[in-house]
Amino acid sequence: MSARKPYVRSMDGWWRRNPFFMRYMVREASAVFLAIYAVILLAGVFRLSQGAAAYEAWLAALRNPLAIVFHGIALLVVAYHAYTWWKVMPKTMPMLHVGGRRIPEMALSAVGWAATLAASLVVYVLVRGLS
Amino acid sequence: MADNTRTIEIEVLRYRPEQDQEPFYQTFSVPFADDWSVLQGLQYIKDDLDSSLSFRWSCRMAICGSCGYMIDGVPKLGCRTFLRHYYPHKVRVGPLENFPIERDLVVGIDDFIGKLEGIKPYIIPREPRTLEQGEYLQTPAQRDQYEQYSSCINCLLCYAACPQYGLNPGFTGPAALALLHRYNADSRDQGWEARQEVVNAEDGVWRCMLIGYCSEVCPKGVDPAHAINQNKVNSTLDYFGVLKFLLPKGAAK
Repeated sequence: MSARKPYVRSMDGWWRRNPFFMRYMVREASAVFLAIYAVILLAGVFRLSQGAAAYEAWLAALRNPLAIVFHGIALLVVAYHAYTWWKVMPKTMPMLHVGGRRIPEMALSAVGWAATLAASLVVYVLVRGLS
Repeated sequence: MADNTRTIEIEVLRYRPEQDQEPFYQTFSVPFADDWSVLQGLQYIKDDLDSSLSFRWSCRMAICGSCGYMIDGVPKLGCRTFLRHYYPHKVRVGPLENFPIERDLVVGIDDFIGKLEGIKPYIIPREPRTLEQGEYLQTPAQRDQYEQYSSCINCLLCYAACPQYGLNPGFTGPAALALLHRYNADSRDQGWEARQEVVNAEDGVWRCMLIGYCSEVCPKGVDPAHAINQNKVNSTLDYFGVLKFLLPKGAAK
């Protein structure tokens, strides 16, 4: 008979063992805030289709202090989401070489971060100009 | 040995299958010199304090991949981790996470060996070249596509860093998938079809959640997360029947 008696360790609480895993869990959980925000925006489009009064009611609901607090938190969480999204994005791409040198992952991420920032600014200025 | 002036506490996870029901930490006081690795600390324990301690090691220079342990909860090679970086605190050494413990710091790696064979880790040309045709030619740019993945030493730190492997032991896992990509990315190889079942399976690349810790702990810069996630794209293209048009020279069975 084999003397082997392998001991298998439990995975309970695995994500609390390492700060790296905790950041991963926050990254994944941040998608929930993104989804809720998207649903609120979609609701606005739906209310707009129902006419001016319905749209005004939706706008009024957004001025509720609870809605403002949610949007404040969602802004921070979604900013973190965008940061992590571009940080891991280069891992999904083939190796890119320019002039015989590999483009570093950080350069690819930086382009993404800059694009996100620029797009956000454009949308902000447009919406400010319209209202 | 003249400068063995400092003494560090090393806590080692012990598990002796013939007498222990579960693992426990045992503390040893180890005098050490500045250039002592954690592996040398373990060797001191075995030589001078407790000869029953079991651990794997061989080359002492980060080539053989035998001495992977959890060092203060982080998967590291014992030979390239130094005791002075932990002193004056104690340091905890345990067997690699996500593997069954056989004895003390020795883990069972049968599962990985099976997976390593399963990815067909050798060049599969569409048609083998004859001697008259001469050697396979490759440009430096073509070599760059796979060279980093060929640096893997099978130390399994990436598996110890992968909660997905711990939660789903069927997952092919970082090192095996990185080596799979090492061959798929080689211009001399046309073996995608021979390996596609492993890639496309639920326990293949799709089990990866891009946590990315595997690439963080890799001592050889292999970046398994990159190898795996590139192949999610390839797997998708394969699913839609597009990949065969993109593979440079057709595929080999």
